[in-house]
Amino acid sequence: MTAPVRVPVPADLSDRLAIPEPLVRLEGVAKTYTARRGAGAVTALEDINLAVPRGRVLGVIGRSGAGKSTLIRLVNGLERPSRGRVIVGGAEISALSEPALRQERRGIGMIFQHFNLLSARTAAGNVALPLEVAGYERSAIRARVAELLDLVGLTPQADRYPAELSGGQKQRVGIARALATNPKVLLSDEATSALDPETTRSILDLLGRINRELGLTILLITHEMAVIRAIAHGVAVLDGGRIAESGDVFEVFTRPQAAITRTFLDEETGRTLPPALAARLTPGLAPGEGRQAVLRITFRGPHATDPVLAQLARDAGIPAGILSGTVDEIAGRPFGTLVVGIASDPGTVERAKDFLAARGLDVEVLGTLDLAGWQRTAAPRATDLTHVA
Amino acid sequence: MSPELLRLLVQATLDTLRMVAVAASLGTLIGLPLGVFLATSGRGELLAAPWLNRVLGLVVNATRSTPFIILVVAIIPFTRLIAGTSIGTSAATVPLTVAATPFIARLVEGAVREVDGGLVEAARAFGASPLQIVLKVLIPEALPGIVLGLTLAVVSLIGFSAMVGAVGGGGLGDLGIRYGYQRFMPEMMLAVVVVLIVLVQLVQTLGDRLARRMNKRLRHG
Ligand SMILES: Nc1ncnc2c1ncn2[C@@H]1O[C@H](COP(=O)(O)OP(=O)(O)O)[C@@H](O)[C@H]1O
Ligand SMILES: [Mg+2]
Repeated sequence: MTAPVRVPVPADLSDRLAIPEPLVRLEGVAKTYTARRGAGAVTALEDINLAVPRGRVLGVIGRSGAGKSTLIRLVNGLERPSRGRVIVGGAEISALSEPALRQERRGIGMIFQHFNLLSARTAAGNVALPLEVAGYERSAIRARVAELLDLVGLTPQADRYPAELSGGQKQRVGIARALATNPKVLLSDEATSALDPETTRSILDLLGRINRELGLTILLITHEMAVIRAIAHGVAVLDGGRIAESGDVFEVFTRPQAAITRTFLDEETGRTLPPALAARLTPGLAPGEGRQAVLRITFRGPHATDPVLAQLARDAGIPAGILSGTVDEIAGRPFGTLVVGIASDPGTVERAKDFLAARGLDVEVLGTLDLAGWQRTAAPRATDLTHVA
Repeated sequence: MSPELLRLLVQATLDTLRMVAVAASLGTLIGLPLGVFLATSGRGELLAAPWLNRVLGLVVNATRSTPFIILVVAIIPFTRLIAGTSIGTSAATVPLTVAATPFIARLVEGAVREVDGGLVEAARAFGASPLQIVLKVLIPEALPGIVLGLTLAVVSLIGFSAMVGAVGGGGLGDLGIRYGYQRFMPEMMLAVVVVLIVLVQLVQTLGDRLARRMNKRLRHG
């Protein structure tokens, strides 16, 4: 495996730590789409090793074209790997015949970005379809459909056609349909990407509830960090068909190793500087008059609410101005970032780094900020903010 | 118009309706599965059979590109074999069916291809077999389009059925040519044209209404 392997997470997360045996495994998987007229062969995935532990939610994040859909379609055999093995439960999906595969797929639910509901069937009719296909009795179908619609909170909409439902309601029908045959795994291909933030939230809540209450294992793919943060236990970052890094969500998000992960984080967690500041920030610029060293301090878990800037000013005698900051929650654990400016001479920078590191904080020097020409016009001078500390 | 001529007009209308009904029914019986097969048997598709797909596609195209009047004459031996004669209403039904079948097949193929591929993907994902996908997903979802296609086919058949009149096929076209043209009775020609217009109008309205009722993609008030 080329992806960095991570150390186990801290002890207060014993429940995240006790990793059960994997329900879904991809071993050395590669997928190349063969050349067609006018197009060369496309290698969509390469050297993929991935395990989804039973009862967990694993998120795979990647940009468009990274191979996410290909990866998830390998799990239920909609695609076959060019190399490697795909195993779900006891079955080697990648080696099954098409009829055997159909049987296995009843144990693997799937939901889609565009819902893929039959327009000619009502909500109830859509949920009934997998049961009809599996040959259930009519009465059993009716009872099961009622149960599923209740689970997703759509009992009043049972007789509506998809065209008469909102996006969120359609996805609830999709979820009910995916759960109809009592699958052990749920695959989610960008299930919230077509929804507004509020609806996304409610669908993710529903998926989280299904995971907890039914113990359903979920493999979800997305291009949004927020989705992973909301419900995933583990994350794999997919970049150009390879896994750039993977591990516990909190670990990966608070100590990203791969550049691609950082770019996702920068977009999502507000770790980027305001544009006006970013334009004046130069890595490696020499210290000098009117210049500040910019540090990024990352607070993890128990330290997220410590008054470190006050301590830095009082105990180390280094005043710091806040340039940007957020306190957030990742996988249920507090996590904050603070970007501060301090005097730019190397001595002060070193002392500040040591002081903060000694308190269990991650510190990174982003560069030197040249405030000349900016401080008198726009927002308050960074140095004026030191009284905050 | 004399009662005698009126009786002829009614008889011709009934003949036309019978020819169209038989040709449309048989054409649908063969054209519907053929169209579904054409839509699903290409390379990498649900019922992938690329060679058969090609061959059937060629046959369909050949029939479709032969002008109807040529087709009628070209298949006279076949018509005799089936109907025992090459003249009259029953005989005319044979070329009408032969022309309708590939036409309907192409229309059905188009309607089935319109169905969102995501639905097939979803059905595969929950374990449906290709046959189940065809019967429970593709045909029900394509139904409004299929109904519109069949409506178009019936309208075209009404026109074709008038054409077989020119070669002794019976029905409204036959009446129009023998009385309206050869005996120069403009009122009969007019009556034939009016009946044809009314028939087409009726079929189109009915088909549109049925398709609209079936189409659940639109919100109903
Ligand atoms: N059926 C296919 N045939 C050829 N190339 C494909 C096919 N499906 C996906 N690809 C290619 O594989 C790569 C990964 O696609 P995909 O898995 O859909 O990425 P994502 O879901 O992350 O956007 C892309 O370059 C895409 O063009
Ligand atoms: Mg995708």
